[in-house]
Amino acid sequence: MKFTFLIVFASFMFSGTVLDFDNISEEKTNETASEDIKIFDFDGLESYLSEKGDDKTYVVNFWATWCAPCVKELPYFEQLNANYSNKNVEVILVSLDFSKQLETKLKPFIRKNKLKSEVLLLSDVDANTWIPKVDKNWSGSIPATLIYNKNRTKFYERSFDYKELETELKQFIK
Amino acid sequence: MKYTLKTFFALFAIVAMSSFTNVGDGQGYHVGDIATDFKLENIDGNMVSMANYNDAKGFIVVFTCNTCPYAVAYEDRVEALNKKYADQGYPVIAIMPNNTEVKPGDSMEAMRARAKAKGFTFPYLMDKGQKIYPQYGATKTPHVYVLQRTKKGHEVKYIGAIDDNHEDASAVTKTYVEDAVNALLDGKEVKETKTRAIGCSIKV
Repeated sequence: MKFTFLIVFASFMFSGTVLDFDNISEEKTNETASEDIKIFDFDGLESYLSEKGDDKTYVVNFWATWCAPCVKELPYFEQLNANYSNKNVEVILVSLDFSKQLETKLKPFIRKNKLKSEVLLLSDVDANTWIPKVDKNWSGSIPATLIYNKNRTKFYERSFDYKELETELKQFIK
Repeated sequence: MKYTLKTFFALFAIVAMSSFTNVGDGQGYHVGDIATDFKLENIDGNMVSMANYNDAKGFIVVFTCNTCPYAVAYEDRVEALNKKYADQGYPVIAIMPNNTEVKPGDSMEAMRARAKAKGFTFPYLMDKGQKIYPQYGATKTPHVYVLQRTKKGHEVKYIGAIDDNHEDASAVTKTYVEDAVNALLDGKEVKETKTRAIGCSIKV
């Protein structure tokens, strides 16, 4: 009982601190990090894409709110993040939404779907330069996913269901 | 029995190989390949082939659709390419590669409506049965192939993006397709023959 009260109190406090006054009329939520999405150009994103010498396995999904097959598979990445975060796995969702639609599309989408994984916005129009740096064979279609840890790296230009995704992940954490 | 097993494995191998033919970057056309012609239905009901164009020096073939925001962002620029280059011998031919059962917004009717609303002056064809885009190796919309008509056929001279800024046409610094066509018109080699861009995966 005390615990529930604490949660309610904490979320009330939290929502109070993150709500921007410009967005005061928007739907109130508190469990996501939607208000502080990090925006990067590719140079800024690069540290998220290569191993840092730690023991974590990173699952980096490239997606966008306008990409139907991406949106369809997002719940599987969320599920993976929930099921494996205590097994040293981190899911990062790299959005390729148009930067001018950050407030109108991306943030509302994250709130509505209560995304828990970290969402970053890659805002770098020079795709011809950065796409091959993610993977030399990537044509640029999304969804696409990069899984890596200090031992190996694999890139997938395809869609996943939960089982397929888990099967791939298990190759990295066995 | 042994023979049957061998036949089975041979068949299996063929099936396995053929199921991989359209996957990945290594498939489809490379620069220098001869592109297949097609006979696809246009929004006006006529069938269109490259062979129909007697005076063309080549083509700007654009795989595009109604429903992808990236493709939509480039609609006006595709129209501008046709306006600029059709008279110089490099008309645009747009091909819609998506499965319309997955994307009803890309139906022939929707394509017709979009073309009318935007005033497209180029043919907008339906890749019915989705037989053409895999031969080209298109993976997304928009995806451009600049072809030059040669004695051998329609030779692929450029594959990739239209330019280097999908978000803002006025901030473009590299006009990849224009540069390629200009080079061909000048009888020069295309400098940048392959570029990459984000796009919507083609819906199968």
